[in-house]
Amino acid sequence: MELKQGPNSRHSHTGFPGVTGNGSNPFQHLEKSAVLQEARIFNETPINPRRCLHILTKIIYLLNQGEHFGTTEATEAFFAMTRLFQSNDQTLRRMCYLTIKEMANISEDVIIVTSSLTKDMTGKEDVYRGPAIRALCRITDSTMLQAIERYMKQAIVDKVPSVSSSALVSSLHMVKRSYDVVKRWVNEAQEAASSDNIMVQYHALGLLYHLRKNDRLAVTKMLNKFTKSGLKSPFAYCMLIRIASKLLDETEGGHDSPLFDFIESCLRNKNEMVVYEAASAIVHMPNCTARELAPAVSVLQLFCSSPKAALRYAAVRTLNKVAMKHPSAVTACNLDLENLITDSNRSIATLAITTLLKTGSESSVDRLMKQISSFVSEISDEFKVVVVQAISSLCQKYPRKHSVMMNFLSNMLRDDGGFEYKRAIVDCIISIIEENPESKETGLAHLCEFIEDCEHTVLATKILHLLGKEGPRTPQPSKYIRFIFNRVVLESEAVRAAAVSALAKFGAQNDDLLPSVLVLMQRCMMDSDDEVRDRATFYMNVLQQKQKALNAAYIFNGLSVSIPGLEKSLHQYTLEPSEKPFDMKSVPLATAPITEHKTDMAPIATSKLPEKLAPSRQDIYQEQLAAIPEFQALGPLFKSSEQVQLTEAETEYVVRCIKHTFARHMVFQFDCTNTLNDQLLQKVVVQMEPSESYEVTNYIPATSLPYSQPGSCYTLVQLPDDDPTAVSCTFSCTMKYLVKDCDPNTGEPDDDGYDDEYVLEDLEVTVADHIQKVLKANFGAAWEEVGDEFEKEETFALASVQTLDEAVGNIISFLGMQPCERSDKVPENKNSHVLFLAGVFRGCHDVLVRARLALADGVTMQVTVRSSEETVVDVILASVG
Amino acid sequence: MDYATLEPSLYTVKAVFILDNDGNRLLSKYYDPELYPSMKEQKNFERNVFNKTHKADNEIAFLEGMTVVYKSSIDLFFYVVGSPQENELMLVAVLSCLFESLSQILRKNVERRCLLDNMEGVFLIVDEIIDGGVILESDPQQVLQKVNYRVDENPLSEQSVAQVLQSAKEQIKWSILK
Repeated sequence: MELKQGPNSRHSHTGFPGVTGNGSNPFQHLEKSAVLQEARIFNETPINPRRCLHILTKIIYLLNQGEHFGTTEATEAFFAMTRLFQSNDQTLRRMCYLTIKEMANISEDVIIVTSSLTKDMTGKEDVYRGPAIRALCRITDSTMLQAIERYMKQAIVDKVPSVSSSALVSSLHMVKRSYDVVKRWVNEAQEAASSDNIMVQYHALGLLYHLRKNDRLAVTKMLNKFTKSGLKSPFAYCMLIRIASKLLDETEGGHDSPLFDFIESCLRNKNEMVVYEAASAIVHMPNCTARELAPAVSVLQLFCSSPKAALRYAAVRTLNKVAMKHPSAVTACNLDLENLITDSNRSIATLAITTLLKTGSESSVDRLMKQISSFVSEISDEFKVVVVQAISSLCQKYPRKHSVMMNFLSNMLRDDGGFEYKRAIVDCIISIIEENPESKETGLAHLCEFIEDCEHTVLATKILHLLGKEGPRTPQPSKYIRFIFNRVVLESEAVRAAAVSALAKFGAQNDDLLPSVLVLMQRCMMDSDDEVRDRATFYMNVLQQKQKALNAAYIFNGLSVSIPGLEKSLHQYTLEPSEKPFDMKSVPLATAPITEHKTDMAPIATSKLPEKLAPSRQDIYQEQLAAIPEFQALGPLFKSSEQVQLTEAETEYVVRCIKHTFARHMVFQFDCTNTLNDQLLQKVVVQMEPSESYEVTNYIPATSLPYSQPGSCYTLVQLPDDDPTAVSCTFSCTMKYLVKDCDPNTGEPDDDGYDDEYVLEDLEVTVADHIQKVLKANFGAAWEEVGDEFEKEETFALASVQTLDEAVGNIISFLGMQPCERSDKVPENKNSHVLFLAGVFRGCHDVLVRARLALADGVTMQVTVRSSEETVVDVILASVG
Repeated sequence: MDYATLEPSLYTVKAVFILDNDGNRLLSKYYDPELYPSMKEQKNFERNVFNKTHKADNEIAFLEGMTVVYKSSIDLFFYVVGSPQENELMLVAVLSCLFESLSQILRKNVERRCLLDNMEGVFLIVDEIIDGGVILESDPQQVLQKVNYRVDENPLSEQSVAQVLQSAKEQIKWSILK
């Protein structure tokens, strides 16, 4: 809708008389070249402030619209603009500052205005000083900063608040570029923090924290000071709450700490912003008890009935998060949440319903679901994802409701929606299928229908993979074949290739389907795409052999190597031509994927950037270790353990150890941090005394450990070759180093030092350090593939264990193997359970464990171990016993 | 949406923009260089936000992973964007300060035409409220004092009576159409 209006006489004289199209926008048809032409009047004498002002406005407007200015024309206009500093018109001068900031990156030689700005910054006109400082800092680089340092220090402590604030904020911007210079202004910032002006307080606090954030002691001191003195600015309070909760988190400080008391006291602040910040901080603390949550929840409850939508939104969003971990803590708010279901802001309504779904009883589920369906089409995709996640967690809580949910999800799947939304639905359906075997067939049917018309390659391939895994084991596998083969006919290469892989699994599992699958495969071998043809040819040949072991190795359970590792090994192989064929065993194994469900509210995780294939933690270690010459001959890294703490919290030195296992060696990586600011440690090593026949062969020291900068030293240990059963060992560890005392402020060390040592806790190596987790998608096939040549079986009584869950957890963590077929989940009310574990033993021997557990006065366990190597079987049984 | 990853920082505002009732940009500032670095992405985002917000005056929304607080007046839409972990009330404080300050210099005529006629004042006000994403000032009175901007007294005399009537009509129309 456009309203016509006559030309604007005020603007028409400046050069575009015929603007009538959208008359109400005087900037509508601005031409860059015409504006730049007009900018020539900057050179006229006397200066006409009003016209010049208008031209500057146009230039800034054009830049803001995304108009591109070439370097030459921008520089020309910039230089013409500098002349306007001769005028004393206030608004014109302020617009010059804006132009300088806007053009700082596109014009050359902007530093030409340095002296004009320095003059304004130190002049008598207070209106100019603040903005001049901000413009000046925008064009000043680290080399020139020294020249204005004196003025900046004065400005920070200036009694005019706008000057002080501008200097503080500009300093903050410059910390990134010139940390070393800005950190010298700490004393001035400290003085500014005690200003009466609330914004100056806030900005000073922000700068001080930024300069000191790596120095925990200084941050603690600063917090103590400000929480006691009491600031006036609500913004500063919010900042203090964030700093306090970060510090609590890092120091793992208990909730009896004064920092927690401070945050809790903020719940009684008179400003809503501060109260909300405090409530939110408490809610997000890990390990909060119900009693600690209660006051935070009750202020959020009050906010639920606020007339301000933003406050209601903030409150219900935060309650939603509480409900994920502590649904019972939120039950008190159910009535308030019910009132929000009809909120005109649909985001608030959605959050209220999804929160209720988490806190309400099973009986209210149907009613709430109905309510959501009434407006699900009105809400944004981000919140649809929230709804799906709520459903997902509901299904875990009330498995009996899965049919209602599945219906609801399949309707959502048919509606319009973006990729993230559809992905959330598909993930949710998949997790329902995995949790509830009886929902498998309906779920698969919905997914089949979905891929018939699915524009997202990623989802189609994911579903095809799932069909390949689950379909062959359903009572009627043949009905899925049609859906899969349709994909081969209709879709893009990636989907066709996935469909071929899924088909092969049907052929491998179901003998009666094999002939038909082979016919279909034959057709796929004529595909126009290389990958599809290659896969079809490969599967065709494997299937025709009709051997279970081959099927298991090449169709059901694919490669278990790390992909980046494989790429690197192959590259290395092509660089050094050799007669020997490429050895798959030289490739590091993939670390098992983490399958735990993320309970975080994830619309945030819907990042806008495409996900990159991040190298796993172990790939990173592999690279780091390979860079150390002493470790180059060790071969591929087999396994890296989790970090083990070797010191108590809050001690002088913090040492954590990661155990890296190689084929014949172990490397112990000690990550050390020195928390004493008056010491510099040098030549740090951790000496290890093994209890068994392990032999320490090399120490790689950390050359220097300055205060609070972590460093690593390594110890290389040779595993006993003659006794492969010696898998466990205890090491006593001592850190040895050269201490140099140093000045806490400058970090300047004394010349002389002395040797010292520090006793660490003992470090254990266990059987789990020798086994890497490997997920076998089809455990049964893998069990057959390894065969019973070296099978051994033994029965144990686990007297100390009371439940099957506990027993399963203990076995998994003890052996460090990967549970397969979701056998780590013990169904409720069962007296017996079978746990399947898969892994690879050091030296690339597959090992599989089947543990039958029975509950009766403690747990009885029958363990069956299969492996391609006899000693491995013995080692495992021996260590369990 | 992990709160623990929220590094204490003064960088509160990710972007601020003012759109007209067709969703066209009148003023836009993006303070986080990683958020929509290109003009095309920025305008896409603005278009998307506008489409999702212009029909209902809901004050707050969560779009493309960002918290957006907004306010409309006659034929103008004001938006302040922050990270999803940000304290929503801080963003609201910025938005109301911006709106109040503009309302003062525009003598309560917060509509497109009047805004465009005083664009330099608008640029200066935004500059005094937010500097590189940091909230510089949140009290409208302080902002006005710092900007010290006066609406041009002359345009009224230069405008013909017909134009004044036209502009009044337009304002009334929009207030009814809302």
